[in-house]
Amino acid sequence: MSQKFAELDEVKVFKDPVHRYIHVKDRLIWELIGTPEFQRLRRIRQLGTTFLTFHGAEHSRFGHSLGVYEITRRIIEVFDGHPQWHPDERLLCLSAALLHDIGHGPFSHTFEKVFDTDHEKFTQEIILGDTEVNRVLRKEDPDFPKKVAEVIAKTYGNKLVVSLISSQIDADRMDYLLRDAYYTGVSYGNFDLERIWRVMRPYDDQVVIKQSGMHAVEDYIMSRYQMYWQIYFHPVTRSAEVILSKILKRVKSLYLKGYEFKQPPIALIPLFKNQLSLKDYLKLDESVIMYYFQVWLDEEDQILQDLCQRFINRRLFKYIEFSPNKYFDIFSDLREAFYEAAIDPDYYLVVDSSSDLPYDFYRPGEEEERLPIHLLMPDGTLRELSRESTIVEAISGKMRTDHKLYYPADFIEDMSHHQAAKKKIKDLLNY
Amino acid sequence: MLEDHAKLVSLLNLAGEVVGRKKLQKIVYILKKLDYPFQEKYQFHFYGPYSEELTFRIEELCNLGFINEIKETKGGYHQYRYTLTEEGSEFLSRYQINMPKLCEFIKDLNDQNSKFLELVSTILYFNNLSKDEIVNKVKVVKKKQNYSDGDIQQAFAYIEQLKNKQSAS
Repeated sequence: MSQKFAELDEVKVFKDPVHRYIHVKDRLIWELIGTPEFQRLRRIRQLGTTFLTFHGAEHSRFGHSLGVYEITRRIIEVFDGHPQWHPDERLLCLSAALLHDIGHGPFSHTFEKVFDTDHEKFTQEIILGDTEVNRVLRKEDPDFPKKVAEVIAKTYGNKLVVSLISSQIDADRMDYLLRDAYYTGVSYGNFDLERIWRVMRPYDDQVVIKQSGMHAVEDYIMSRYQMYWQIYFHPVTRSAEVILSKILKRVKSLYLKGYEFKQPPIALIPLFKNQLSLKDYLKLDESVIMYYFQVWLDEEDQILQDLCQRFINRRLFKYIEFSPNKYFDIFSDLREAFYEAAIDPDYYLVVDSSSDLPYDFYRPGEEEERLPIHLLMPDGTLRELSRESTIVEAISGKMRTDHKLYYPADFIEDMSHHQAAKKKIKDLLNY
Repeated sequence: MLEDHAKLVSLLNLAGEVVGRKKLQKIVYILKKLDYPFQEKYQFHFYGPYSEELTFRIEELCNLGFINEIKETKGGYHQYRYTLTEEGSEFLSRYQINMPKLCEFIKDLNDQNSKFLELVSTILYFNNLSKDEIVNKVKVVKKKQNYSDGDIQQAFAYIEQLKNKQSAS
């Protein structure tokens, strides 16, 4: 690969609360960070609605992307000199690490569910399309954007490069666990990052862990497990997600029915019409969305107005544990009672399952289902992590899952005109 | 409520039994590519298209007692066998799943081995490329699986057959 970009005259550093310093010495990386598409990530939160539960969780995808870049850079330093590592893949790896989340939009997960968009598709378009990011990458080599896009899509030929950015123990996960723990203020997300990258080794087409580093990896797996249940699957955050998705659903439905907005949601119309171009997409960020939520507080439509005030003022839905076996029969009765009370159950009665969330646990799985974490044993053989670690085996067995039913408890309490329905709803919810 | 879960239960009901998580993953992916409305999101992984959401949803269905999962040891690895339970049948009876010809496709896919389904789903994953580009891509990303030209042609023919079946009235 021809190196069109020289190194910078001096190393640039970003102060970072997780890694202390993020070091940039390649002009290519420096220029990528300066593109409008990358700067846009400053306006997209890493953890979506989690800031409504953990007020510190205001950190952005910008910081996370720099963090993934920095971890990748440090792992590559360890790999240097190993016969299975090709140094000419370095810049490709760093660029892919930096840009792996470039296609994320505002509240990505909820937007994707409601509007059927795909941030991975936009990642590819930003790298390959008419953008500043593409122009910077092409200066390196005309084929370079395609290679970066392939690494991020995990379809690049050299799987070792792919597994640095995306595998069961990759730079992406390691950064987000530490970063999310730091910003939410919890202590259980921590693990010894430096120890892990020092025991990572390139092995054929995957990254493996020296057996002596098993305990550091156990900590990482435990941290992942704890973070999922304590932070990512937090029921209050899920309540905010439910309300967010209902706002988007409501506003789209109103638009399609020809409702006259006091202020037309111009930035969102291409989404409603399913005609979202890359240019339209890049204009969206969380500031834009929050602006509309404020504007919609003054809308005539009561449902839209109410849902927006719930999101903005953190008047979230309450929840009960919901066992589909047990509650199936009463769900239709509940919906009926909501209708009797003039509360639309399509917007105010929602079942949310843990599988609706975009996070995963470590699972060894079965052969060729998904690449597990492999330990490199002293005799040179590989062993799957849970075969060696009783801790990992214990937490990666049968997974806990849950379902919750969300509803507006305040509405139900205030139902003075619908006493019969109120009683029915309360009885059913206490079922 | 839980319509996406019900679609998976329906799949298992029609299949009778699916042996192997990898096979289940690829069957759902191929059905999605045939425009069946499964909502699980897939990404490309080491062994082809893979959905974490599907894995999680299957776990939920097992925990709810709607699906029975039997873990078997096979040559140093685990293999999982999935069947529907009585509770699963009862759960399914509450839904009207409208997926025409699904039974035919499921029986056909379930009769194939998972390595072949991995190849088929990988080809389908790259279906925005030309045939030659797909062949090259398969050889690059599936180097280890060592698929022969014959295997690849057979997979293309199989996809054609599925598409013909789909368009036949």
